[in-house]
Amino acid sequence: MTAVLFENVSRHFGAVRAVDAVDLAIAEGEFFAMLGPSGSGKTTCLRLMAGFEQPTGGHIEIFGETAEGVPPYRRSVNTVFQDYALFPHLSILDNVAYGLMVKGVGREERRKAAEDALAMVKLPGYGTRRPGQLSGGQRQRVALARALVNKPKVLLLDEPLGALDLKLREQMQEELKSLQKTLGITFVFVTHDQGEALSMADRIAVFNDGKIQQLGTPEEVYKQPRTRFVADFVGSSNVLPPEFVKQLGAANQYASLRPEAITLGRGGDGKLVLNGTVLSRSFLGAANRVLVSVNGTKINVMSPATASIPAEGNPVTLSFDRADLHLMDQAS
Amino acid sequence: MRSDRSNTAPLGLKMAAAGGLLFLHLPLLLIFLYAFTTEEKSYQFPPPGLTLKWFAVTWDRPDVWQALSLSVRVASISTVIALALGTLCAAAVSQTRFFGRETISLLVILPIALPGIITGIALRSAFSLADIPFSFWTIVLGHATFCIVVVYNNAVARFRRVSGSLMEASMDLGANGFQTFRYIILPNIGTALLAGGMLAFALSFDEVIVTTFTGGQQSTLPIWMLQELIRPRQRPVTNVVAMVVVIVTFLPILAAYYLTRDGDQIAGAGK
Repeated sequence: MTAVLFENVSRHFGAVRAVDAVDLAIAEGEFFAMLGPSGSGKTTCLRLMAGFEQPTGGHIEIFGETAEGVPPYRRSVNTVFQDYALFPHLSILDNVAYGLMVKGVGREERRKAAEDALAMVKLPGYGTRRPGQLSGGQRQRVALARALVNKPKVLLLDEPLGALDLKLREQMQEELKSLQKTLGITFVFVTHDQGEALSMADRIAVFNDGKIQQLGTPEEVYKQPRTRFVADFVGSSNVLPPEFVKQLGAANQYASLRPEAITLGRGGDGKLVLNGTVLSRSFLGAANRVLVSVNGTKINVMSPATASIPAEGNPVTLSFDRADLHLMDQAS
Repeated sequence: MRSDRSNTAPLGLKMAAAGGLLFLHLPLLLIFLYAFTTEEKSYQFPPPGLTLKWFAVTWDRPDVWQALSLSVRVASISTVIALALGTLCAAAVSQTRFFGRETISLLVILPIALPGIITGIALRSAFSLADIPFSFWTIVLGHATFCIVVVYNNAVARFRRVSGSLMEASMDLGANGFQTFRYIILPNIGTALLAGGMLAFALSFDEVIVTTFTGGQQSTLPIWMLQELIRPRQRPVTNVVAMVVVIVTFLPILAAYYLTRDGDQIAGAGK
């Protein structure tokens, strides 16, 4: 069944087209990521699902029911907010039980449900504390528990890991993923971090300028970017101009070439070879990033830390498989 | 206060400070002192003798009770009106963006910046233009103009700190508008409203100028005191009433001060 359906949905703020004719179908039980830079319309799409925004055009369905005009409090979706939005005057337990309280669930029953939810996010026994007494990571878990205790059909997450430090973020990615598997709830996740989207999502919609640039599995989006924007935004691929691609013996089109698909030095048979000059190199730990100029076109190469790299200003040979050269739509 | 011994102020500064405080508060003490004097026609110093009889006399004067009851009723109703309108206005200004928002914000605050006499004249001419007879309600209206400002200022400061996503979170979790107001907004702005309400009450209770212009035959307590000073008989009664006014206005202001001070910590706890 389709969990969330967008048909030609637009949300315009005056002349600004925050969301522009978006079509979208999120399947039940899917972990769906909406990826894009700030102002690309991904958060507005999430707010359209939550009911905080109403579309200026198009049609939205949530589990087959028309969503236009339905206020947030009558939708079977819940949101984990970017700033968590925990109620500062309520204890953690009352925060988590809030959704049940306003629905009229009895005191004892909702206390038990809230405690179960806190245990599920690994914060058992934190119920008596106040939001102000918790760390950022703990508040995030409380926000998660507060949403999940209502047993939503769709859980919306608005950049939930944005405020956490790297270590915590990686840990939460794992936990969110396994939580989603266990509960089987549809997760819709907004992020500007392509690594996060690639590692967590079943499918990704890449947003730019209020439109979906590409919708597909992480592999598809990463390996076969449909537009120059996707190639550049997802994994900072090299976008080669048509003239350059033509010289390589391919069509007169833009093409993307992944930095890690290129090796330094002459490769085996059948590989394409380019000659250039090393402009700069930076050590990233597991790999080196090398910027090479080939007849004025700058190409990023991700080379394993073990490979040797010519010094800056020296000539270098690059080689890659023809299959890694991915041609993109002419239009965009 | 810090008990940092090396930071002791020089003697001259201490004396100047003491002098300033005396100048401010000695007249107040004199008011209290003359409430106990045996001389009733003039304020001679030192008082020829001390007595408690004026408290009994004041208690038995029906005009005092009338004025007091009018003042309390005016202050209460003005405060209630101010609470309702001031809160709504603060909510609108702080929670939404609309054309002319800054202007409205300024217009609401204006009555307290304007001299009371201007407000008074303006209201008086407006009332007579509209053929509204001066009554209890014209006084209430006059007082509400500046009471709203106090409530609005307190509420708007607190509203700004209650982030919009709290309300969205509440709606998201299934609470309708009323429940969101009851469980989320009110607890977060409650102390600010209480403080604003108390300040408004105190302001209204000792207001003279606007009342002079908008009142009819009735006199509120401050107006009554003004009239009473002209009479040469039973003057200490005025002083007894003055003591009551000091207490009635001082306590709410003190309470409001402590409420907003603690409120900072309560409402800011989650941030």
